[in-house]
Amino acid sequence: MKRRASTYVLLAAGLLVVVFPFLWTMLASFKPESEIRRNPPTLLPAEWTTSNYAGLFERMNMGTAFLNSAVIAIALVVANLLFCSMVGYAFAKLRFRFRNTLFGLVMVQMMVPAIVVMVPQFVLIAKLGLVNTFLGIVLPFVVAPLGIFMMRQFIADIPDELIQAARVDGAREFRVFFSIVLPLCRPALATLGLITFMTSWNNFLWPAVVAQSEDMYTLPVALAIFSNAQATQYGLLIAGAVVVVAPILLLFLFLQRYFVQGIASTGLK
Amino acid sequence: MATTLERPVAVKTPAPKIGKPRNSWVAWIFVLPFLVVFVVFWAGPLLAGLGMSFTDMRSTDVRDPFAVDVVGVENYLRLFDDELMRKAALNTLIFVVTTLPLTIALGLAAAVALNSGIARLPAAFFRLGYYTPYITSIIGIAVAWRFLLDPDAGPVNQFLGWIGIDGPAWLSDERTALPVIIVMTAWRSFGFDMVVLLAALQGIPKELYEAADIDGAGRWQRFRSVTVPMLRPALLFCTVYSSIGFAQFMEEPLVMTRGGPAGATTSASLAIYNQFGAGAYGYAGAAATVLFTVIVALAFLQFRIGRRS
Repeated sequence: MKRRASTYVLLAAGLLVVVFPFLWTMLASFKPESEIRRNPPTLLPAEWTTSNYAGLFERMNMGTAFLNSAVIAIALVVANLLFCSMVGYAFAKLRFRFRNTLFGLVMVQMMVPAIVVMVPQFVLIAKLGLVNTFLGIVLPFVVAPLGIFMMRQFIADIPDELIQAARVDGAREFRVFFSIVLPLCRPALATLGLITFMTSWNNFLWPAVVAQSEDMYTLPVALAIFSNAQATQYGLLIAGAVVVVAPILLLFLFLQRYFVQGIASTGLK
Repeated sequence: MATTLERPVAVKTPAPKIGKPRNSWVAWIFVLPFLVVFVVFWAGPLLAGLGMSFTDMRSTDVRDPFAVDVVGVENYLRLFDDELMRKAALNTLIFVVTTLPLTIALGLAAAVALNSGIARLPAAFFRLGYYTPYITSIIGIAVAWRFLLDPDAGPVNQFLGWIGIDGPAWLSDERTALPVIIVMTAWRSFGFDMVVLLAALQGIPKELYEAADIDGAGRWQRFRSVTVPMLRPALLFCTVYSSIGFAQFMEEPLVMTRGGPAGATTSASLAIYNQFGAGAYGYAGAAATVLFTVIVALAFLQFRIGRRS
């Protein structure tokens, strides 16, 4: 019993250390700039203010960046839900030549570091005239290998009899997919959607390369550029950090069971 | 680093039980999205990068890529003479060999603690808390840490001041900049290892511990002779997956220090990124090819060693 109590104390202390940067920053974002720099520091704001947030949205087009991030993330979620489940279905339930070779390529793509292909990818995007467009930011990621992998694992567990029965009825492969397989995939789709949204929302490198004008910046890009220009405007900067981080934290808080399901669905038990 | 929980191992191969592959061309329509994106945006650029690395291509050549000159292995030879590239390679090596054990140790400690008979609800709460740094934007985190570590306005040095320690200028001091990034990365990444290792811990059969008890094993002995061997596959996965990610680290220094001070935090990836920014596409391609080769070799080697022991 004594041992268990000490485990709790240890875990709680660890938690405090881990969330301290979030907690402190979040609270500090509601302090006026002078209080942020005060020594000794205050934990809770002595004077609550939202002026940092107001200033942020005034100074750096945060509204547009927020909207851009949302549009890109939603587009990628829709594309990945459709494409990853289609491809995953083929790998799990259809028979065709080179199936295993092709699946090996999925694994290969998963291992390619972003920086290694970044330059030629950019040259390609430039050739296609897609620099500084949503399409240019989105296209390389519309069917993520990880999503294919996940959907394949999930669809493999759907009983063949269900699919076979529909085929006997004379349904075409696409109808089998859309009306039998896809509805059964709902839990996996929820997980995939969540992971895709999060990855896209946090993605920095590629959007920073493709987006070249302020009206195309995503949130992380806008914040990074602002922080390079205004390295010591802490009030505005940490308010920006909160705006970038908070949506994902909220999403994760409410939907965390789908993350846990995601682990189980890839065979990690 | 990809922000996800999945891992590409332990695949159960779904046997293609459904007979009668009527219309196998239909299957190709289903895989078409992957095929197109893979060929156009991944395989193509990968090969193009390899090709580019043997030329003197610069950003100004984008309009007419066939006008560039083939220079053979000159870019590769230049790499090994480049002081900054050597420094970047060394920084990357230091970063990987320190961050990797630190992250896994933290993840293992958290997983073992969470698996030691903690009630379900608090366990879920702790797990959520420990996992949060992993799912948040690196830019948001970098901004927060820069503020926390500010020599004057940051709370860290203010706290240190209370106990009479004059804290350094963490991110602009050559001695502390890379260690800060190492600690920050371990803090950010250990939640992933924790989730993986916790799942593996929960899969260890209770009988093994009972057998160890009968043999009169103490706590430490039980951990060493039951837990660690049973965790080996999960530990191997964490090692390979994390070292692939850590070997390409760049966003952390890019937003925290821009590689400074004096190149102290410039990683291999960041050096490549800077070459790309400077327009030296051929040279950047050569460096990228070397990095990719090292990463693949590293992953391969780890699997070989992990399998043998």
